[in-house]
Amino acid sequence: MLTDKEREEIHEEMMAYPYPSAVCVDALKIVQRHRGWISDSAVADIASELGMSADAVDGIATFYTRIYRKPVGRNIILVCEGISCMVMGYEPVYKHISAKLGIGFGETTTDERFTLLPVSCLGDCDHAPVMMINDDHYNNLDIKEIDAILEKYV
Amino acid sequence: MEYPLTEHINPGRSPLGIDEYIRAGGYRGVDRALKEMSPSDIVSIVRASGLTGRGGGGFPTGLKWSFMPKENDGGIRYLVTNADEMEPATFKDRYLLEGNPQLLISGMIIASFAIGASKAYIFMRWAYKKAEKIIRKALAEAYESGYLGRNILGTGFDLDIYLHTSAGRYMCGEETGLLNSLEGKRGIPRTKPPYPAVSGLFGRPTVVNNVETLCWMPSLVLNGSDWFIKLGRTGEGGTKLYGVSGRVRKPGLWELPMGTTLREIIYDHAGGMLDGYKLRGIIPGGASSDFMVESDLDTPMDFKSPVKAGSRLGTGTMVILDDKTCPVKFIHNMLKFFAEESCGWCTPCREGLPWVVKVLASLENGTGKEGDIEILEHQSWYMGPGNTFCALAPGAVEPMQSGVKYFRDDFQKHIDGKRCPWR
Ligand SMILES: Cc1cc2nc3c(=O)[nH]c(=O)nc-3n(C[C@H](O)[C@H](O)[C@H](O)COP(=O)(O)O)c2cc1C
Ligand code: SF4
Ligand code: FES
Repeated sequence: MLTDKEREEIHEEMMAYPYPSAVCVDALKIVQRHRGWISDSAVADIASELGMSADAVDGIATFYTRIYRKPVGRNIILVCEGISCMVMGYEPVYKHISAKLGIGFGETTTDERFTLLPVSCLGDCDHAPVMMINDDHYNNLDIKEIDAILEKYV
Repeated sequence: MEYPLTEHINPGRSPLGIDEYIRAGGYRGVDRALKEMSPSDIVSIVRASGLTGRGGGGFPTGLKWSFMPKENDGGIRYLVTNADEMEPATFKDRYLLEGNPQLLISGMIIASFAIGASKAYIFMRWAYKKAEKIIRKALAEAYESGYLGRNILGTGFDLDIYLHTSAGRYMCGEETGLLNSLEGKRGIPRTKPPYPAVSGLFGRPTVVNNVETLCWMPSLVLNGSDWFIKLGRTGEGGTKLYGVSGRVRKPGLWELPMGTTLREIIYDHAGGMLDGYKLRGIIPGGASSDFMVESDLDTPMDFKSPVKAGSRLGTGTMVILDDKTCPVKFIHNMLKFFAEESCGWCTPCREGLPWVVKVLASLENGTGKEGDIEILEHQSWYMGPGNTFCALAPGAVEPMQSGVKYFRDDFQKHIDGKRCPWR
């Protein structure tokens, strides 16, 4: 079941579109914001709200990179592996974080504090290397600063 | 030198609110367009200016608008701003979105009026969280000031603008993939024809334009097409946002006359290469553009000239390949992105991209063999223009085909030495 808050936010989005299924992507993002990821029951909840089949919603959910169909940690680290960040050294950044947290790309720490994922170019290439943690953007990354950045996320 | 796109942007400070922007004369273009001009007057100016789309394709904007049906059937028409900016090594629209949201909004009002759109969307990259906040605030201000909503400036013109943030997929930047995504579907491209001007968003006539393209409207209606043409150096009018990333002294983004040369952009503005690094190649306009090299440095970076050097302007933001970076690894990085982003509709793209990524990875790992370079060449042809529904695959092969051409010896060294010489 969708919560009242989720339903309210989805219906607000509907004002911008001519019919309910057009908000499917927005609905997935809204529910994910509240629950962290999109489980099978989240897919079913959205489907019934929008008058769609669960398969149709799942087909859309799995198309988009930023919709998580598996559980993720409380904080998501996205390290840009785009071409400019490669030239400017995202690999040392990745290696540092990976060693510090003991996880590789696609993995979550056992305490569920962090999930580490690669991301394509973040549109800030003149300040490479770049990463995001949740909604926060970090650029001109220096390995020496990374530990302090990670500390901010519990 | 005039800076119509960036004059009101103060890096490091928050963008002008609508009141400040109006006081700075920012909404004069909208006032002029809605009160003194007809939609066809505006389309004529845009056509006469020769303004070409800044999203990478360079299609003439006025011509695109003129494809909208002449007859008004009373139904809704749409304008969609493409702010997806997922092309690797592209970082220009973000600057405009964060720096001067009212410029884009005023441009969208003028464009919507010109094409008869009463609803418009901004389709924006999910990652642009700061821009999202800024645009939401700017839209609310525009509604409060009476520049959006019903009966704008008492002219009877209605316009609503909605912000949609994407869920992340490069395909959504392709205009018909974008329309599918905005309809809540998988963001796969559509067959064309019909073109969006005939059947676009929700089956209605639609124009899709890039952020930078639409930001031209306010100054264009105020100053006219001759003014625009004179801003450029080579007959292609306007200024252009050019950017440089990679091992240069001052990576950055600058608004310069259209047709500024590569040499000026890289050496005068980006300060040239960092000490200890030599320039080997330039990807001039996002990952899906062909390499340019040292001997191309005097090419004016407009839409026509780079084509003679076998490349294209693309998005105008570049990344430099230096001598301490392996060209095979550099190309592998970009092709891996394209392979992951392929939507899988066309066989050459779905099968070809993962194949070349495998070959490039094996070259990097020292397990490449004779014949691999030929596979890359063959696949470059196979995925080229005409064999696929959208431009993803033909774009993806550009850095590979030109990379093999310019750095063939380096590819061969990986095979002969059974290892990457840069490792
Ligand atoms: C795979 C692919 C991705 C694209 N991504 C973008 C993008 O992020 N932003 C953009 O403006 N155009 C992008 N384009 C180009 C659009 O299809 C379209 O040509 C453009 O938005 C039209 O606007 P313009 O005429 O103002 O340039 C992309 C094209 C392809 C094939
Ligand atoms: S070229 Fe690739 S991305 Fe484009 S439609 Fe075909 S399979 Fe999809
Ligand atoms: S490549 Fe990392 S921000 Fe563009």
